[in-house]
Amino acid sequence: MENIIFLSIFVFIPLLMLLGLWAAHTINQVRGVMVVGSTALLIHSIYLTFRFMAERAAGNTAEMLFHDKMEWFPSLNICYEVGVDGISVVMLLLSAVIVFTGTFASWRLKPLTKEYFLWFTLLSMGVFGFFITIDMFAMFMFYEIALIPMYLLIGVWGSGRKEYSAMKLTLMLMGGSAFLMCGIFGIYFGAGGNTMNILDIAHHTGGAHAIDFTQQCIWFPMTFIGFGVLGALFPFHTWSPDGHASAPTAVSMLHAGVLMKLGGYGCFRIAMFLLPDAANELGWIFLILTGISVVYGAFSACVQTDLKYINAYSSVSHCGLVLFAILMMNTTSCTGAVLQMLSHGLMTALFFALIGFIYGRTHTRDVRELSGLMKVMPFLAVCYVIAGLANLGLPGLSGFIAEMTIFVGSFENADTFHRVLTIAACSSIVVTAVYILRLVGKILYGTCTNEHHLKLTDATWDERFSVICLILAVAGLGLAPLWVSQVITDGVAPIINHISESAHQISNSNPFM
Amino acid sequence: MIHIEYLLIVSAIMMFAGIYGFLTRRSTLAILLSIELMLNSADLNFAVFNKMLFPAGHEGYFFAIFTIAIAAAESAVAIAIMINIYRIYKNISVDKLEKMKW
Amino acid sequence: MEYTLLILLLPFLSFLFLGLCGKWLSHKVAGIVGTLSLGAVAVLSYMTAFQYFTAERVNGVFATLVPYNITWLPLGNLNFDLGILLDPISVMMLIVISTVSLMVHIYSFGYMHGERGFQRYYAYLSLFTMSMLGLVVATNIFQMYLFWELVGVSSYLLIGFYYTAPAAIAASKKAFIVTRFADMFFLVGILIFGYYTGSYSFSFAPEIQYASDATHFISVDAAKAVAAGGFILPTALVLMFIGGAGKSAMFPLHIWLPDAMEGPTPVSALIHAATMVVAGVFQIARLFPMWINYAPDALSIVVWVGVLTAFYAAAVACVQSDIKRVLAFSTISQIAFMMVALGVCTEFTTGHHHVGSLGYMSSMFHLFTHAMFKALLFLGAGCIIHAVHSNEMSSMGGLRKYMPITHWTFLIACLAIAGIPPFSGFFSKDEILTACMAYSPVVGWIMTGVAAMTAFYMFRLYYGIFWGKENKELYAHHTPHEAPLTMTLPLVFLALVTLGAGFIPFGHFVSADGMSYDIHLDPTIAITSVVVAITSIALATYIYKGEKQPVAEKMRAAMPRLHRWAYKRFYMDEVYQFVTHRVIFAHISKPIAWFDRHIVDGFFDFLAWGANALGFQIRGLQNGSVQRYAFTFLVGILIVVLLLIL
Repeated sequence: MENIIFLSIFVFIPLLMLLGLWAAHTINQVRGVMVVGSTALLIHSIYLTFRFMAERAAGNTAEMLFHDKMEWFPSLNICYEVGVDGISVVMLLLSAVIVFTGTFASWRLKPLTKEYFLWFTLLSMGVFGFFITIDMFAMFMFYEIALIPMYLLIGVWGSGRKEYSAMKLTLMLMGGSAFLMCGIFGIYFGAGGNTMNILDIAHHTGGAHAIDFTQQCIWFPMTFIGFGVLGALFPFHTWSPDGHASAPTAVSMLHAGVLMKLGGYGCFRIAMFLLPDAANELGWIFLILTGISVVYGAFSACVQTDLKYINAYSSVSHCGLVLFAILMMNTTSCTGAVLQMLSHGLMTALFFALIGFIYGRTHTRDVRELSGLMKVMPFLAVCYVIAGLANLGLPGLSGFIAEMTIFVGSFENADTFHRVLTIAACSSIVVTAVYILRLVGKILYGTCTNEHHLKLTDATWDERFSVICLILAVAGLGLAPLWVSQVITDGVAPIINHISESAHQISNSNPFM
Repeated sequence: MIHIEYLLIVSAIMMFAGIYGFLTRRSTLAILLSIELMLNSADLNFAVFNKMLFPAGHEGYFFAIFTIAIAAAESAVAIAIMINIYRIYKNISVDKLEKMKW
Repeated sequence: MEYTLLILLLPFLSFLFLGLCGKWLSHKVAGIVGTLSLGAVAVLSYMTAFQYFTAERVNGVFATLVPYNITWLPLGNLNFDLGILLDPISVMMLIVISTVSLMVHIYSFGYMHGERGFQRYYAYLSLFTMSMLGLVVATNIFQMYLFWELVGVSSYLLIGFYYTAPAAIAASKKAFIVTRFADMFFLVGILIFGYYTGSYSFSFAPEIQYASDATHFISVDAAKAVAAGGFILPTALVLMFIGGAGKSAMFPLHIWLPDAMEGPTPVSALIHAATMVVAGVFQIARLFPMWINYAPDALSIVVWVGVLTAFYAAAVACVQSDIKRVLAFSTISQIAFMMVALGVCTEFTTGHHHVGSLGYMSSMFHLFTHAMFKALLFLGAGCIIHAVHSNEMSSMGGLRKYMPITHWTFLIACLAIAGIPPFSGFFSKDEILTACMAYSPVVGWIMTGVAAMTAFYMFRLYYGIFWGKENKELYAHHTPHEAPLTMTLPLVFLALVTLGAGFIPFGHFVSADGMSYDIHLDPTIAITSVVVAITSIALATYIYKGEKQPVAEKMRAAMPRLHRWAYKRFYMDEVYQFVTHRVIFAHISKPIAWFDRHIVDGFFDFLAWGANALGFQIRGLQNGSVQRYAFTFLVGILIVVLLLIL
């Protein structure tokens, strides 16, 4: 019970924040509630990280720490069951950082501030709930909680073709959810229909390998696509450019920063972990798709003219790398995948924050209309360069370590098929450099030609604060990756062991091998 | 003694006249009349079968009387609605009443 | 030697300090902070070198020291370590980098005086110095790659220092992307290398000696690599060489270096002449035991790429009119000399009778001397540009009277690069030519020819700047004057080094297997090269010394096409421009973007449209007309009844 409460604080805090927001009347009260709440979340996640590391140091080798359960709906074997491993710990940390900085990034958001933050908080509750639970049903529920507010957040507070984008995003993600639900029920009944708990399914009820192989081959694609839609898996990524382009700043941050990670996390934790035979058998199909994502996203980004589109395609490329690494199925690459989730979450949030701030001033995101912003808003411009460098994998910032871990991990698969894909993925780092530098050169350097832009001001304190926090996180991760990497490996290793125990070692169906 | 067939034929004619009227008439009033016609054909059937097949019982008659009562109540309500509709739209043709559609 | 950590830490701290607080510092304070930290680094480097080279030799070689090596990032079975490795070449590089960097720091005081972004400039310089030092002391190939990327970025930032100038922006972008493209191969090479050898480390334990046995030098699981096929290690090494070729501007990846001259001149001196561009050479030298033991045949690739580059760059340098471009092409050509020298090695052991390993030593020697005199040339060019505010040779001429110090130091550097004794370039170039001749007379003679071209274009440059016709119009308007002391001091210092460096017994410190080795000049080759150099200089004097240059005009008129092609650098840039814009952007990126927006996205929009249209179609059934419902109901009943009956 103590553990349940300890982890559920991540859900209780947003709930309390919702109550507080409901009671708040003035904008300062709203801001107060948000700041207090998101700070509490951040502190709690840091505390959790330290406690997690202390427990591990003390020799607790359980797969999930702080594991506890509460019966919820016994007739369907649904429990509210919580537990965290290395992966969830860092994901919680990431979410807390993004929510915290997102609060500051939307400090001056004008119409309907209170309602905006209500949905924002609800969304973050879903995200936190998803990462702490290990019961498939509860995970699915929190997943849905996180998806729905997005529709309103984009539809009401967005810009551009916001109704279209919001509808598209929601419909595509809901379509994914439908697949996902089928997959989850398939796993549930395939594993005997007496528990929804991930660990129990994997280890106790005869093991996930006990799920009939033919069934696995049906549920695996469903589950993987279900989560993959959110993880921007080619060709289900098209909600991402439109959705991000229309979303308000902090929503883009939260969406690209955290919500897209739900996809990668789910693919790994549910699709791969619970359906290991099918993952071994059919992984190659998705590997090709993700390989396409990586290269394709990067090339598409080269010719976009809208700042947010560029970043959205870059996200497709980087999130593709996450799924790509997961499907490489070894400890190193999957550690890299989680590192990439962290790194991409932080730097994309940073990017979207900066784009939002620039857009808020110039009222255009068209690359062709912007130039010479370095002189006009030096702070934002410098941060933009840093974000860009992080994106193209500058050592010392987070992108580098994630990419290197992924590439080294992917290269551990010695066959030609995986090698070719790995090398193709490596080529994306060059293309990334092309579009990032083109962008930086175009909008920041040079002379400012638009007279209207010359009068613009640099970042305000709240914007500075949120950007600096993110940069510190990016640099911190990039400079001292050892501990994060160890925490992640700790969570990844058991899952990979489980997958590699599978009877189906080689993808027999792969024509390329 | 009238043969049961004749009675049933009359009832069937009434029934199909009612159905036809219900499906084709555009006037609400005519539709109501068609419904009455169908109800009455059913009543007739009740009465006929009671008389011919179960002469000792009375359930069929009771049922017919209930139906007549319900039909009366229903007509009252329907005509009230029609009058209201007429007051608003000056028309009681069903294909003109599209306000609630979609 | 724990204090060596400070060599990396000081510039990093100075970068952070200047980068974060620069805004609130005055120019003077920022410059002093940067220069002082670099001064400390230089002192520490000299201390390290002194201590290292005076230490007792073990088995005739200097011990390889690893004062630090920590795991930075675990990568499965392999580790990504960061540490410091001291061996003769890394210590030599420490001296080169810290000396040139210190000179550039001092020089920039004068050159960048009053520039906007002075603090930022010093911050970038510190960042660059830190990265470059980290690169040379790398204990493993991944650390090298990390700092390799960092020097790339600092080079990008410094080239684009004048960020309002379109040319600078384009140049910085180009430099980064071209080297990044090469780095991709480097990365793949590292991946292959790490996978098959089971380690990234150059030397896995401090107590392992720098011995002639390469398996001790790099922890190679040779069995694994050989089992995977004999071509694995050569492939990995060649891929890494492509990375090195990108950084060291080898043909055809050289195109970024001439454009990189858009950066401030001291930066060109530091990054694009003395230090960063030799990273590729250093990389091969570092992995040299691997090359010689596992991929001796692949070394011929290095040789021929080097030869081609040396010749190409020298040819282009002969006709350029921008003095910095001439120097840039001369740098490319000289680095190619170093590459060739490494490539011509055929054996690992040194000694009086082993000319096969002479190339290694001579390459490192040339790296050392070249860094000094090329930095001197660039800094001199900086003084000249500072004085006449132009890069074009046409706006110069006759400057020797106005700028005596610059003139004399420049002349010394020119003599050095031309290979005239007793200047340092003579000694190192002579060793290279000896090694080349021993490898193959063809290579030897081509390189001698390139050396002759070097002497020619350098003196063409020299006469163009300091002799010839004065640009009266410009000088009347603005009389050129000698640069301030902060700028001339580094010139003098570097000139002294250039004078003396040739007499350093370099073979005692650096050689392929670490054994002490006496340099002795091969008289035939020495005399040939000196004669050739003097002839070329005489030719240049004849053509370019006078106020009027009839011979030059005539030559240009006689071969207009050749001249134009050479001037346009044989249209290499245009080829790249075509490939990137016409092929990649227009025929890969655009179609992909179109495909994404119209086909993939269109498909989902189509799905949504389809659902919508279907809804429209079937909503007729729910039209609210009770009569229609009743009719459907009736028909349904009839059908059911009929079915039941039948």
